Amino acid sequence: MSAVAPAAATPLSPVASQRRLPWVGLAVLLIAACALPFLVSNYRTFQFTLVLVYAIALLGLNILTGYNGQISLGHGAFYAIGAYVAAILMDRFGVPYWATVPIAGALCLVVGFLFGLPALRLEGHYLALATFALGVTMPQLLKNKAVEHWTGGVQGIVIVKPDAPFGLKLSQDQWLYLFTLAITVAMFVIGWNLIRGRVGRALVAIRDHPIAASAMGIDTARYKSLAFGVSAMYTGIAGSLGAIAIQFVAPDSFGIGLSIGLLTGIVIGGLASIPGAIFGAFFIQFIPNIADQISKAAPWAIYGIFLIGFMFLMPMGINGAIRLGWARLRHRISAQRKGG
Amino acid sequence: MEAFLHQVLGGLATGGIYASVALALVMIHQATHLLNFAQGEMAMFSTYIAWALINAGVPYWVAFFLTIGFAFVLGLAIQHFVMRNIRSTSVLQLVIVFIGLLVIFNSVAGWIFTYTIKVFPSPFPKGAVFGQKYLSPHELGAIGVTLIVLTLLWAFFRFTSLGLAMRAAAQNPGSSRLVGIRVAWMLALGWGLAAAIGAVAGMMVAPIVYLDPNMMAGVLLYAFAAALIGGIDSPAGAVLGGFLVGVLENVLGAYVVGNELKLGVALVLIVGVLLVKPSGLFGSVQVTRV
Repeated sequence: MSAVAPAAATPLSPVASQRRLPWVGLAVLLIAACALPFLVSNYRTFQFTLVLVYAIALLGLNILTGYNGQISLGHGAFYAIGAYVAAILMDRFGVPYWATVPIAGALCLVVGFLFGLPALRLEGHYLALATFALGVTMPQLLKNKAVEHWTGGVQGIVIVKPDAPFGLKLSQDQWLYLFTLAITVAMFVIGWNLIRGRVGRALVAIRDHPIAASAMGIDTARYKSLAFGVSAMYTGIAGSLGAIAIQFVAPDSFGIGLSIGLLTGIVIGGLASIPGAIFGAFFIQFIPNIADQISKAAPWAIYGIFLIGFMFLMPMGINGAIRLGWARLRHRISAQRKGG
Repeated sequence: MEAFLHQVLGGLATGGIYASVALALVMIHQATHLLNFAQGEMAMFSTYIAWALINAGVPYWVAFFLTIGFAFVLGLAIQHFVMRNIRSTSVLQLVIVFIGLLVIFNSVAGWIFTYTIKVFPSPFPKGAVFGQKYLSPHELGAIGVTLIVLTLLWAFFRFTSLGLAMRAAAQNPGSSRLVGIRVAWMLALGWGLAAAIGAVAGMMVAPIVYLDPNMMAGVLLYAFAAALIGGIDSPAGAVLGGFLVGVLENVLGAYVVGNELKLGVALVLIVGVLLVKPSGLFGSVQVTRV
């Protein structure tokens, strides 16, 4: 955003190198991500798998809340649906784990789209309230007697961790990490294409000025329910991958706490930013682990303080702060060149 | 029939508590046009203060009023130090701040008082009252306390000049400032009062649901449902909505959906009211100028 203006003042060749720089960085990052499971322990690999899972979920929430401005305090519910679809399909029907992921995604797309239709009539606080109610109610719905023979009630479902296929010499954790990484990269590429194009511009226009957007010919209702559906799909896919990685689903792990955790993730990573999803995922995976050593309540206290603190100090999140810092640095360098 | 009557009367008792929290929500909404997601956790935190005071040997009613005082100052402080400093008008940012407050109160309560469930005393005697067996003394007492709070509040807004000033500040801040009302302080006072009402509700509900940091999550949801049914800008509507939701919750829980799905009632009510009649029973219809 703000990084574009100072770049125009610098000579041509640095501009070209600056354009190439993000691609080089991305390639290095991807190679590092692929090499990671062979450098750290199985437990660490498992933790990084969860980072990837959260990154997908946060990207999904960011499409809805960050880009489209529809506040969801209940995305944990879609995560729960994805997780339960994967667990039930694997446990009751013997569906292979890799096939559960697209099914979970498709189902959440439909559920999200359907929830998005009434949500069209709700704005701002009221949408936040309706989704908040959904998030609080979800564990009770899962514990319900009527669906107990599917969901396993309070006990939940235990699933088996998949082995690496084709006789590859990888541990289960390493394989699952690479499997999740492949899906994460695919989801980010899809998300990036969606956001930078026509659809993304329409979503942002609706967020910034709904009336002007519809006056420009954007079908507000269609894009808003579409955003809800796609967002739920991302979160559902993350849920199914999370269930496979953790090997266990139970109602109480999908309460309002999960929804608030996801919200914290996008606020800290950066609202309406794609790399922000990754920063946010690192935060919600590792900061609670560190804080847990102080007190059981400490992770939540930190969430709360960061939520309010970021709104006061860095409303654009970590990604915004990095962009701002980078832009200032470049501005200073170009100013020095001109002076010298 | 007798069982049904029992459910309805029991519903009225919890309904009174929902009515109080709903009233607190309406007060903050009227002054600021915001939904306070942290209302329940503020009440929970105040209830822990009452518990700590009673455990330290303070007599119940002294602790009761001290807690109300504490909650009042707490509400005042939140408005003065947090909400007042937010220049943003973005709904998303405001909701995030409320969620942040919710999380902070919840975790601080868990940190100080631990997550173990505590028994909270009831100030009312045990045994049957007035020779009837439908309502326990605590339920009857809770209804009584709720009604007293509501009457006091109504009298405050109707008959005192401070109440009038607060109503003016909520309705038209610009003109109120011109006639010399300190609008910022009226807002803070509104927050304080809302927090105090919430604290009363917390102390009344704690003997029924037991005291733990998550005790208000369900209550808050029902209170939101109540406020929406009555109309989010109508105090009387919120009170009526509270009793209505209490009875509905109990009766539907007992006969239709079962006890496990009681919270589902709140979800359906909230989404249903927002879709069918967003202004509620007594609220005014919102019109936006383009």
